Amino acid sequence: MKDKFIESFKEALEIDRPITMSDKFRDYDEWNSLGRLSLIANLDDQFDVTIEDEVFQKLITVEDLFNEVAKRAAAKN
Amino acid sequence: MALISFNGVGIRGLAAAVPKQVVNNYEYTQYFDKDSVRDIVEKTGIKERRFAPANICSSDLCFAAAERLIADLNVDRSEIDLLIFVSQTPDYRMPATGVLLQERLGLSKQTAAFDMNLGCSAFVYGLSVVYSMMQTGGFRKALLLDGETRSRIYSPKDRKTAFLFGDGGVAALIERDEKYGNAWFSLNSDGSKESLIKVNAGGYRNPSTPETLEEKVVDEHGNIRSEEHGYMNGADVFNFVLLEIPKDIKKLLSFSNTAMDSLDYFVFHQANSYMNDYLKNKLKLDNSKVPASIEKFGNTSSVSIPLTIVSQLKDNLAESKKMLLCGFGVGMSWATAVMNFENCHISELVEV
Repeated sequence: MKDKFIESFKEALEIDRPITMSDKFRDYDEWNSLGRLSLIANLDDQFDVTIEDEVFQKLITVEDLFNEVAKRAAAKN
Repeated sequence: MALISFNGVGIRGLAAAVPKQVVNNYEYTQYFDKDSVRDIVEKTGIKERRFAPANICSSDLCFAAAERLIADLNVDRSEIDLLIFVSQTPDYRMPATGVLLQERLGLSKQTAAFDMNLGCSAFVYGLSVVYSMMQTGGFRKALLLDGETRSRIYSPKDRKTAFLFGDGGVAALIERDEKYGNAWFSLNSDGSKESLIKVNAGGYRNPSTPETLEEKVVDEHGNIRSEEHGYMNGADVFNFVLLEIPKDIKKLLSFSNTAMDSLDYFVFHQANSYMNDYLKNKLKLDNSKVPASIEKFGNTSSVSIPLTIVSQLKDNLAESKKMLLCGFGVGMSWATAVMNFENCHISELVEV
């Protein structure tokens, strides 16, 4: 699932280079509110997950985001 | 559960009016650089909007639309027994703008007239109220007037909202006739999400003061607005739409025993192209059944559904069409309807 998540995340932000789980994603040049919309769409489409903004704001690294997505996806199954 | 149905009430005709002034979004660059503006325009799909000048209110756009509709359909004004004005940009705090429009349109003093205060869900909500009152049999004809000057609400210096909103006004004439058959509505509210789209000050909870009018930098991106400008949490609005709208549509289709395939058109509130396209794909809808006017008029709040019908479906509504209308937004408030359009008259778009 982690690989699928990373691909989905990179596609949403239009990132071509490798990224690491410890990256603080808000530091990426590609991070902005438009990329955020794509990320919301990808998480819904590919993981059936939505994350309310209040929780999302506390997620700092790519890993934080992955863990939250994995937790919510698991809760659905 | 607010699931309701009506029989023998329908929309005889629709007209829309927009301001003449076209704002080209690619050139709306006085506060932001051209490259980031282009990115926003391409993602949201909003290329142009209409802005009303200071002396034109929502009511003026509705008035122009109503006059056009009355003339086109040769309506006897004395038969209009009900006028409902839906807007969040009325002329005054009081009196109700609907009452002023009764006078301006030359309607009788026996006309019932009032306002409804809702945003993007308001056209569908307004129709549900008009249909309810019409079904009593006590009203001959009704005018639903729906107008917004959202361009005045949002700060041009807040990139989250500066490129989205436009102005417009519509008039719908509603009548009773067996030919319309059944109409179904689902009406919903979630006040726990009041802060997602909000003008925080200038009402009675937080009255207008010099401080509430003061423009401030509000985030790390340097966006600037005052407490009396509109604020929107776009991410949570999108989350809300994903969670609630497909569910509501399925609920109404089931309640009305309507097959998705039997619908001719799905007319959604025009929020932005990215979200609307995603919603369309999520629901697996055929592109040709989902008209869009967002490119030309932007997000006009409650006006966007009827404005899309007037501007995009004028030549497609001959004979009988089964339509799904769905509005969602500020409140949060959302409403879905399934109804038949029977030779619905669509007036030429009016420019004011």
